Order: sequence, then structure tokens, then C-alpha cells
Amino acid sequence: MTADHRTVLICRGTGCESSRSPAIQAALDAELQDSDVEIKFTGCHGMCQQGPIVIVEPEGTFYANVKTKDAPKIVESLLHDGEPVERLYYKDPATKEQLPTYHDIPFYAKQKRLVLHNCGRINPEEISDYVEAGGYQGLKKALFELSPEEIVDIVKQSGLRGRGGGGFSTGMKWQFCQQAKGDVKYVLCNADEGDPGAFMDRSVLEGDPHAVLEGMAIAGSAIGAKQGYIYCRAEYPLAIKRLQVAIRQAREQGYLGKGILGSDFEFDIEIFQGAGAFVCGEETALMISIEGNRGMPRVRPPYPAHSGLYGKPTLLNNVKTYANVSQIVNKGADWFAGIGTEKSKGTAVFALTGKIANSGLIEVPMGVTPREIIYDIGGGVLNGKKFKAVQTGGPSGGCLPESFMDVPVDYDSLIAAGSMMGSGGMVVLDEDTCMVDVARYFLDFTEKESCGKCVPCRLGTKQMLTILEDIVEGRGKPGDIELLEELGGGIKGGSLCGLGQTAPNPVLSTLRYFRDEYEAHIFHNKCPAKTCKHFITYHILDSCVGCQLCRKNCSAEAISGEPKGIHWIDQTKCHKCGVCFEVCPPKVFSVEKRTGDLEIHTGEGESL
Amino acid sequence: MEETLQTILSKFDGKQEEIIPILQKVQDAYTYLPEESMEQIARFIHVPASRVFGVATFYAQFRFTPTGKNIVSICRGTACHVRGAPAILEETTAVLGLDGEGTTEDMEYTVETVACIGCCALAPCVTINEEVHGNLNKKKVRTLLAKGSKPDDG
Amino acid sequence: MSQEPKEIRLTIDGQEVTAREGTSVLDAAMANDIYIPHQCHHPDLKPVGACRLCGVEIDGRMVTSCTTVVQEGLDVKTNSQKIHQARKTAMELLIADHHMDCLACAAANDCALLKDSAYLGIEPEQLQRLRPSNKGLPIDTSNPFFQFDPNKCIICGICVRTCDEIVGRGTLAFIDRGFDTVIGTFGNKSFIESTCESCGECVVRCPVGALAPKRPKFAAREVQTTCVYCGVGCGIYLGVSGDKVVDVRGDRERPTNEGSLCVKGRYGFNFINHSDRLTKPLIKQNGEFVEAEWEEALELVASKFAETKGDEFAALASAKCTNEENYLIQKFTRAVMATNTVDHCARL
Repeated sequence: MTADHRTVLICRGTGCESSRSPAIQAALDAELQDSDVEIKFTGCHGMCQQGPIVIVEPEGTFYANVKTKDAPKIVESLLHDGEPVERLYYKDPATKEQLPTYHDIPFYAKQKRLVLHNCGRINPEEISDYVEAGGYQGLKKALFELSPEEIVDIVKQSGLRGRGGGGFSTGMKWQFCQQAKGDVKYVLCNADEGDPGAFMDRSVLEGDPHAVLEGMAIAGSAIGAKQGYIYCRAEYPLAIKRLQVAIRQAREQGYLGKGILGSDFEFDIEIFQGAGAFVCGEETALMISIEGNRGMPRVRPPYPAHSGLYGKPTLLNNVKTYANVSQIVNKGADWFAGIGTEKSKGTAVFALTGKIANSGLIEVPMGVTPREIIYDIGGGVLNGKKFKAVQTGGPSGGCLPESFMDVPVDYDSLIAAGSMMGSGGMVVLDEDTCMVDVARYFLDFTEKESCGKCVPCRLGTKQMLTILEDIVEGRGKPGDIELLEELGGGIKGGSLCGLGQTAPNPVLSTLRYFRDEYEAHIFHNKCPAKTCKHFITYHILDSCVGCQLCRKNCSAEAISGEPKGIHWIDQTKCHKCGVCFEVCPPKVFSVEKRTGDLEIHTGEGESL
Repeated sequence: MEETLQTILSKFDGKQEEIIPILQKVQDAYTYLPEESMEQIARFIHVPASRVFGVATFYAQFRFTPTGKNIVSICRGTACHVRGAPAILEETTAVLGLDGEGTTEDMEYTVETVACIGCCALAPCVTINEEVHGNLNKKKVRTLLAKGSKPDDG
Repeated sequence: MSQEPKEIRLTIDGQEVTAREGTSVLDAAMANDIYIPHQCHHPDLKPVGACRLCGVEIDGRMVTSCTTVVQEGLDVKTNSQKIHQARKTAMELLIADHHMDCLACAAANDCALLKDSAYLGIEPEQLQRLRPSNKGLPIDTSNPFFQFDPNKCIICGICVRTCDEIVGRGTLAFIDRGFDTVIGTFGNKSFIESTCESCGECVVRCPVGALAPKRPKFAAREVQTTCVYCGVGCGIYLGVSGDKVVDVRGDRERPTNEGSLCVKGRYGFNFINHSDRLTKPLIKQNGEFVEAEWEEALELVASKFAETKGDEFAALASAKCTNEENYLIQKFTRAVMATNTVDHCARL
């Protein structure tokens, strides 16, 4: 590629699409259609916070937060070989430095992209792009150079573990299915990514759908299956659309269907749209749901490897697990096993979100530390606030405090710390986040998503949630902390499936590392993070300049004061919506949140 | 009602594993699942009607009352929660005069919360009629609902 | 030739027991007088492992004994500390979610929840720490024979499985999800508006007082007999108090019905002691029915028969008669009354 022949990559992942990237593409298309500049839309580049993102190759010029009105500028720069549009460069939140290409941006520099190597590089709706990038080589090798046993051996020796969160050896799973007796077997892909705060699988499906199809086809050839299903959440319409396009193109090009690539191997894939039940991410529930029932997990054994979908031997893996497979088969087990830690091989994909400067999708080798992820890649805590904890593993995981910032991240270290890898959500929490409220939030989620079949989960999550609600609303009682611990143990030990067995983790881990916050709520009438409404009051300081902004915005009409005079809040009327705190100009900064003030009477006649 | 439903059913074979895809198609057509439709689906796939109802009520996607013209789905993902989703819900329902989730009397808006829609980097976010709106605050919510459409680009 | 079922030897709490191949660990333990608490298990139904109370420890892992099939050499512990703690948590949660009005409850001493809570030694002080559910859901009293109180329901699903697996009616299903799950009918209609046939099979299997007969049981003794309603000949036990029939239950040992009954057999016994019941024949005299003696009535019928022949006559037989009686009626109609006009109420 010469400097004259440029390619413009426009991100059209869900994040950038919602920030109107299709309009930008249309604008560029219109201006550049007669030029030799190629315009390509791609899946997620990862840095969703800075979207819409436009990259110009070969230089790697990185434009962030692009708007439709910026299109003419970009066109001018491309057509007249002018200077890059500097004002669209990404600005590092820490150093405030403008960085011209993505090679310069720490967010990308520190990553290792295996699963995401095509995301943001290829057009996900063009199979030729995938093939040009080396796609379907793994399948070719699997069909013509390797026996099914050899494929399983390679996957086993690579050390790949299930990317859905449990971390079970993928090779072992494949071996069980391969050895299971039966003419009809199924290959399933779990794309029911339901963890709140996680969008790794969605980005892979949107950005590189063929990698998943290829991984499933390789699995089919290894275990002897002809039919695959992808169980994808209906909440991911774009992912479903891209998968449909990919499956159609793969059939047309002979990568799916009968006689694949001229061999006698037959394999096809269908998409099943989940209907909004987090528990269907559990393997037995997922299969029961495909069969047309309420997705309630069943007792194992029998394990799906022997009796799964329709009672047939069934292999179920996560999106990212399959996305790893074609490269492993292509480049060999040793290549993959050379990445990561002793027991956790390869990379981890995280959706880095919450109170972080650079939210987005990242991929790092197993074994990097949370500090590297949060500060080097993520650019630190949002708005320079103080870091409090990082939550991994979603509703099954836990919150890790500052002291874990230098512990290498892998399957086993996270479980030892009371959390888990999960499928890859990583939510950063700062000093303004109340840990009791976070625990309540997750229990609210699991309580709503519990299928209701087994007693410990159906009633236990509800019981824990009610106690946590009591605590954040000022009704906590001495003994509640011990009761939460006791219930947590009983629910973990007694529940039928993984959902219930891990549901207490957010509570137990916050009790382990942030017990003082629970105690502050129960015994000291305080919410240290000043989050829980019941425990906070708003006050206007003497530095008030009387700009009247707070008074005008107060829907409770609780604020009084003359223009240019100091204002005050009638605590009996205050709804604690916090709008005064929000609207007070940063230079003035005269509204203060307080917690722990006793004997202030609220409108309901309760004393705080 | 009858004709639309028959057109949908004619594309299926009447197997039990088709319950969920059929329900999804029926809801697409009616915005909710009318009781009669569920009875007919049950007859079509030869299962008791209670089975269809049990399946439909299990999954959050399905509704049993008609929705308003516009559907506002407020994300309740973790990233959205810690970045202020509760305030977004509060503001949305306040602007529309609703007491929590539900449909406005004039059938213009239905407000519901949904599990994470995966746009965490844009938290807090909502979807209005399947279009995602991110980086919201109370003020942006008011603008959005006043216009009933997307805010201007830039 | 059928093969003899294999006998499996295993150890439960150190005690060597044998059980037939295919038996669950729970059934094997109970058959050997080793009690394991359970709520969602019923011997007539497929196991689901939902209540988690029957958990036992095998090789250090907790498994539900209702879903685990006996294997040669299995070493089962039914009451380790770990197991006890998990069971206690589950039981405390069930009680906190249960409307405990035991004195007024129809389940009374038959309540499986009460029994297992006593077995596990649940203390009131422990329960007081928990937040009770207080659901306040309406009680469905629409069915004439039984009522459903969802506030007492423990969502064990025995009723749903009974209606599916035994009755084959499929009236009941789990509705909604998670904590909000209820047992319900299509469209959450009341029992009387649903497809329910009121057979009461679910009611007799309900382990608590959620599905309970409206008529309280107070039989002093039981009499084994056969249901009089139809020719199937279901075995029943009549519950008797004084000289009155106050209850009916199916005879599980009778091969014809194995304990199952229909709505008539189970609930239709009011007529026995009903004041409207005819205990003497009536003869119409001057437009009014007058009580008569059997002798007189039979003679009247016989004399009328004698005046009638052929197609002037028709016979309608009853399902309440035995096969033999029905045979005799048709024989009599054809041979004596000389007509083929004979029918049976079950055909209508």
C-alpha cells in the first residue's frame, strides 16, 4: 500500500453505531466514491468511550469522537494529501497529550489481541476479508491434515480453558464429546452473554463472526457433529444480523453445509435467539431452552457430553473459546501455550467499564495485573477520583480492593481472591461507589434472574436482597452481617446450578474486604461513599454566590435564598435527588453532601 | 388477528422446540402476546396451553399487554448503574408521569428496564425503539423525550 | 423372559444396605429406615432435585439423593455437618417464605414442612433473624372441592408434575420466574375457569397445605371397598365417622387405579348421606309420588313389562352397574323384551 492508496476504517460496533457512525460512513462514501480511497466498516475497535472512531491506514491515524460535520475535513485531508486532522486526535486523559496514531495510544500498545485480532481490522460482512486475513486456514488443516483425535490433542495441549468463566479445560470437554457414543451430536455456542457490564462476546460476534463459525466447524469435525447452534441474546440485534450474513456467506463459499471444502464433512449452523433469561447461560438451561421449555437448569449427571440437547452428546463452548480455536489449530498448541501463565494460557478479553477513563474492550495476556489494566490501558479512574475496587466476574464474581492491584489476573488467582474470571466484565469502582449498594445491585440482578427452581437460590437471593435493602435504607440490624455470611454459605453449598452457587459472591467478597462499610451503615448511620440516600443530607456552604441555579432546579422547592445571597436547604422538604449538587458551578462548589449527621428530621418524620 | 397469526404459524412445523421462535414472531407482530394467540400456538404444537404460558412468562422478552408507540428501555447493567442509571429511570418516569415501569395512558410511551445491552462504554444508556442513546444525564433525557427522537449529531 | 433386577450393595451412614438397580439413593435409604428430609420428591413422579433438602455427601460432594441412582459400593453420608448446614439454610428460607398458620391449616399433621423442620431442629430464634415474605396473594377458592393458597406453596412442582405425568391434563404450570414463580393455570385463571377436571390428584400429593380439600378430614376409621361410579372398579378407602362417610382416598395397592381417582370417585360421596337421597321406591298416585315397599314397586314394574313387547320397549343401562349386570340387562332386553333398543349412559 502506498501513501496514495489509503483505507479508511470506520467502526460500526454497537457502541459507535449508537454514536451515529453509519452517518459518518455515508458522508465519507458520498465524497470519496470516485477516489481510490477504500472505505471499510469494521467491528469494534475497543475504545468505545472515544467513539465514533475512524482510522486511516496505512499510517494508523486515529480519529476519536468523530462527528458527521468532521467528514469534509477528513475528506480534504485524504484527497488533497493534506495534513491529518489534528483536532480529531485522541487526547490522553492523563497527560493531555494529543496522539496521532493508535500505535502511540497506551490503550492499544499494552494489549495482545488474539481473539480480537480481526475486530476493527476487517469488514465483518465480507467473508473475503476474513479469508484474506488468514481465515478458514484452521478448518482446512483440521479437515485435510489432522485426525479428529489430533485436533482434540492440539486443543488439549494448548491449555485453552473455557472462556465462559468456569475455566474448564476445553480439550478435555472435546475429548468427552468425541468419545461419547452416538450418531447424532451437537456443537453449541453460548452467546447468551448476560452479565451486566460485559460485551466481549457481542463485540467478537459483531466484529469477527467467521472466527466463531470456523471454531464451531472445527469442533464439529473433531467430535463428529453435523449440526451447530448459536444461542444468542435477542438483545444483540446487530450481532445476530452479522451472524446471519456470515452464515449465508460461509454456506455460499462452501465453508458450511455438505461436503465442506471438497471433503466429505458436513456441518451447518443455526441461530437460536434467547428471550431474555440470564440463567440460560447455564449449560443445561441453555439446552432446555432450545428444546422449547422454561430455561430451568437440571441436575447433572448426566453431563451434556453424554446427554445434552435432545438427549444427544453435546459440546457447548463460549464465543471466545471458539474464536481462539482456529488460530490454535493453525499455529499450533505450543504457540498458544507460550502466552499467559502456567495454568491459564492465552489471553483474557475484558469489557473494561465503570468509573474508568477509557471504557472499552481490551485483550491482555493472562497474568497481567489489575494495575496495568486500569492505569496503563484504561487511563486510570474517571475524573481523577480515588480507586476503591474492581469488580470482575459479574454477578458471580466479587470486588477486589487496592491490595489486589498487583496480583496477576488468571482463573485461579481470582477464585482464590473470592471473585472469578467470569466471561470478562471488569467494572472499576471509585470512592463515590458504596460497596453495600454494589452488593445490593448484584443481588437485585440475581434475584430477578434466578429461575426459581431450587430453594436456596429462589428464596436465598431474595432473603439476602431484602437484608441488603434494609441496610442501605437504614433498617439494618445487629446480626445482619453474620446472617448474610451464613446464608451466603448455605446458598453456595446448596444451590442446584452455577447461578445460585455463585450468587452470594458479590456479598461475601464485599464483606471480606469492605466490612467497615456495612458496619458504618448498620451501627453508625453512615454511608461512607455518600451514595445511599437514607444516610446523606445536602448542605449549602457559606461560599454560595447566590446564582440561584440550585433553587431553580430543585423540584422539591426545598431551596430558598435571594439572588446573590447565601441559599439554604429545608431538610424537611429535600428529596435528596442531588440536582443542587450537580448544578452548582464547579468554580463555586458550595453544595456539600454529608453523611452521619444525626437528628436531622426528614419529611417522613424519621430521624437520621 | 387470525390471518396474521396463521401466516406466522404456516412458516413453522408445529414442533415443541419452535415455541420460543413462534412467540417471538407473534410478539413482533402484535407488540405483545394476546391470550388467544397463545391458545392457538398451543393447539398448533399439540401441548397444553399452560405450557406455552409457562414458557412465555419465564422469559423477560415477552409482554402480555400492548405497549405504547415508543418503547424506552433503560439499561440496568453494572456500568450504567454505577454511572447513574437509577437517576435516568427516575427522570424518565417523572417526565412521562409514570409510577415506575409501565405504559403512559395515551399509549405513547412504554418504559421498561432491560438487562445489560452491552454499550457499557456509553453508560448510562437507554434504547428508544431499538436505537441506543448513550452518555445520558437527566437533562439529556428530558431533551430526548421532548423530541421523541435522537438528539442532533454534534 | 424378564431378567431379575440386579441387587446393588451400598453403604449409607456406615450401614450396609441393598437396593434394586435403578432405585434412587433416597428411596434406598428410606426403605432401610434411614430418614432423609425431602419436599419435592414423590415416589410416583420423576425426580427433579429442586428442594435441595435431600442432599447427601458422596465422595465429599453434595448431591441430591432423589436424583442419584444407587451404585455398587457407593458410600453415602446423609448427615455430615456440611449437609446439615445446607439443609438448615434451605429449610429456614422455606419457613420464612411460608404462611405459617398451622392451627388453621388443612395439612395439619400431614405437613411435610413441619415434619422436616422438626427433624432438622429449626429454632424460632434462628427464624426471627430472617425477613418473612408476607406475600399476601389471594386464595383461589373457585373449585368446589379444594382450594389453593399460594402463600403456603413451596413451589416443589409436585402438582405440576402430577397433572403432566399422571393425569396427562397439563392444566398446571410454573408461571413467571424466580421468587415470583407461582403455580398457575393458562392466563392465571382460577381453577374453575381452567381446564382442570377436579380429579384432586395434585391435592393429595401436595406436601403442605397449599392445595387442600375444602372438607376437613376427620375419619375415625377406614373401610376398603370399590368405587360405585363406573365399571373401572377403582379401589378406594372410605373414611368413616360414626355411620357417615366423610372422606375417600384411592387404594394404591389396587392394580386398576394404583391410588388414582377421578372427580366423582374422590369427591362425589355426598349423596350417601344426603337428605334428598331416595331410600325407598316411589310410586306416582294421582299425580304425586308416594313412598312404597320394594315388593309393591317391583310387582308394578313387572306387570307393566308384561304389557309391553318389541319396539315399544327400550332399555338404558348405567355405568354404575358392573359388567355382569350390564350384560344381563342387554340379554333381558333382547331375549325377553324382544328388541335391540338397548343403550348405556357412558355412550351419551
